[in-house]
Amino acid sequence: MGTPQTSSDHGQMDLLRFATAGSVDDGKSTLIGRLLLDSKSIFEDQLEAVEASSVSKGYDYTDLALLTDGLRSEREQGITIDVAYRYFATPSRKFIIADTPGHIQYTRNMVTGASTADLGLVLVDARQGLTEQSRRHAVLLSLLRVPHLVLAVNKMDLVDWSEEVYEKIHKEFTTFATKLNIPDLEVIPISALQGDNVVTRSENTPWYSGPTLMHHLEHVHVASDRDLVDVRFPVQFVVRPKSDEFHDYRGYAGMVAGGVLKPGDEVVVLPSGMTSTIQGIDLFDQEIAEAFPPMSVTVRLEDDVDVSRGDMIARVNNAPKPSQDIDAMICWMTNEPLRPRQKLAIKHTTRTARAMVKDIQYRLDVNSLHRDQDTKELGLNEIGRVQLRTTVPLLCDPYSKNRTTGSFILIDEATGVTVGAGMINNAT
Amino acid sequence: MTQTHVDYQLSQLDQLEAESIHIFREVAAEFEKPVLMFSGGKDSIVMLRLAEKAFYPAKLPFPLLQVDTGLDFDEVLSTRDNWVQRLGARIHIASVEDAIAKGIVIDDGKTSRNRQQIGALLNAIEENGFTAAFGGGRRDEEKARAKERVYSHRDEFGQWDPKMQRPELWSLYNGRIHSGEHMRIFPLSNWTELDIWHYIDREQIEIPAIYFAHEREVILRDGMWLSVSDAVQPKGDEKVETKMVRFRTVGDKSQTGCVESTASTTAEIIDEIAIARVTERGATRGDDRFSEAAMEDRKKEGYF
Repeated sequence: MGTPQTSSDHGQMDLLRFATAGSVDDGKSTLIGRLLLDSKSIFEDQLEAVEASSVSKGYDYTDLALLTDGLRSEREQGITIDVAYRYFATPSRKFIIADTPGHIQYTRNMVTGASTADLGLVLVDARQGLTEQSRRHAVLLSLLRVPHLVLAVNKMDLVDWSEEVYEKIHKEFTTFATKLNIPDLEVIPISALQGDNVVTRSENTPWYSGPTLMHHLEHVHVASDRDLVDVRFPVQFVVRPKSDEFHDYRGYAGMVAGGVLKPGDEVVVLPSGMTSTIQGIDLFDQEIAEAFPPMSVTVRLEDDVDVSRGDMIARVNNAPKPSQDIDAMICWMTNEPLRPRQKLAIKHTTRTARAMVKDIQYRLDVNSLHRDQDTKELGLNEIGRVQLRTTVPLLCDPYSKNRTTGSFILIDEATGVTVGAGMINNAT
Repeated sequence: MTQTHVDYQLSQLDQLEAESIHIFREVAAEFEKPVLMFSGGKDSIVMLRLAEKAFYPAKLPFPLLQVDTGLDFDEVLSTRDNWVQRLGARIHIASVEDAIAKGIVIDDGKTSRNRQQIGALLNAIEENGFTAAFGGGRRDEEKARAKERVYSHRDEFGQWDPKMQRPELWSLYNGRIHSGEHMRIFPLSNWTELDIWHYIDREQIEIPAIYFAHEREVILRDGMWLSVSDAVQPKGDEKVETKMVRFRTVGDKSQTGCVESTASTTAEIIDEIAIARVTERGATRGDDRFSEAAMEDRKKEGYF
């Protein structure tokens, strides 16, 4: 821990993305500051700038939040406006933190941060116990299918390191989590301010035998979270050099969304349904033996079938069904509400189409998990189940099966703004 | 053929590469007229390598755009020429000197060339009708950049509005723009300085010689070692010294300082950076020292 990696081992490190969630005063900035400090990811000039700002603001402590609030208006108002991404590394892993603010715009920002996360980190203040906010964070992380969740019970120093307090929160959360889809949960008692159980094991919690937060982040196994069975290759770009040297080269470039592709595999191109065989897979100037998520490769086929951007390559007997009727959970992200009959642009993998809202089935109360079926619209930061009809068939899977082929965004065609995030339940 | 992966796990460098290539291809597929902003520095060159990989064996489906400050290091220009030739790429040069001569940019004798680039860059984007401009910005560089999206919307004045950024979910990028607007694209968003150096080391790609330790005449000004050149002459009691130095970032000669170093290979540079206690910009970029929000303010005006 803390030892910078040298040139030889860096290439073998892997990557963990995690999203942080928590209310305004639960010590999230302090915890992120500590992770960055203790992994030697804060440089002297950055720390000096923060110390100088703290002094000029009249604080008698170094406000690590100033390190993470990057914009002038954030520093002026002392609030965090938007998701920020931060980076640190230990000898075994690189980490990308999606730092999502805890204030009122929580849902939209949390959904954004959680969409790419392998792990969700929810902070609770040990004195407060579980709040509505902590439950909401857990619901959102579960809805976004973030496979690993850590509940960090912070400010343990302010409850005299009480095992009883920790156990109560632990038990309450585990009971609540049974209603959600959380495959892996770890509950860790910490003090972000003093560093207990963050990087080093605390002597103040002899009753706790689990890992420190950093140890857990470094060792949680994320590779198996990807679908390596169902081949999904959305075609992104057709590579046709037409040069003397590569006159007949025709490759289909894209990022593998699921499964393992190998030369010789029989494949089907959707939506046309034409079949062919993989002739070769290229990674720059090398032919490779196989491709798996999230590799960006170029696939060549034996036959001259018509393939273009927006199509998908899959295995012959294991392909998604093209569909124009989509049943999905939508997180609405703009002030003007989503209403039935509304028309929007939809971007799903590499395919863009138009969609019409057929029906809003219910609005999900992310605090109580209650389904409000009388709702007529979805407002800013609300989540609901919606039926869409699209102009062209989408090649989709349930989000629970594949986070890439199961997700989409909705775009307002007049303003061009991203207004909704969708997770597909099923397509009919 | 390379060997079969046993655990189907990509190293972080391979993941970053795959994601950047995905972004390059997405932009090339969806935008009418993209361009790659090229400064000649290490990030630009990693961008060229990634773009090369994204479209191989085809050539880059977009040109490069360099803003020539008139104060660029010779080594940077020659590296640029080598890359352009090897890739068979097209390049536009937008000259700050020309922009000043045409009255597009005002030279008041106080504003740094780095800031003057903004006008020349925006003018080149508008004149050529570019709808997307790739930039080598990284979120780890600076706290305002930590908030930057991969697709960063610019209005018809080229301005960035941090409060109006579009949410970016999964790997689904929204490239919708209105006529006259453009999008800045940052494929290296998730890379850190160390990642860049590891990648240069792994790929063994050509970068300007000034990144490696060499002897140079320097003067100490505002705590930075500046290279003596037509743009930097000793003033007052500044003393010219000969030192073994290298550059951590590449900007114009008047603003970019060098650091004392003996690192002559990428591996040695990596070892040096891994224990560095000061950020690359804090150490050697004069233009970021004007105020706490210097970078943010320049970005709002249209800087990349």
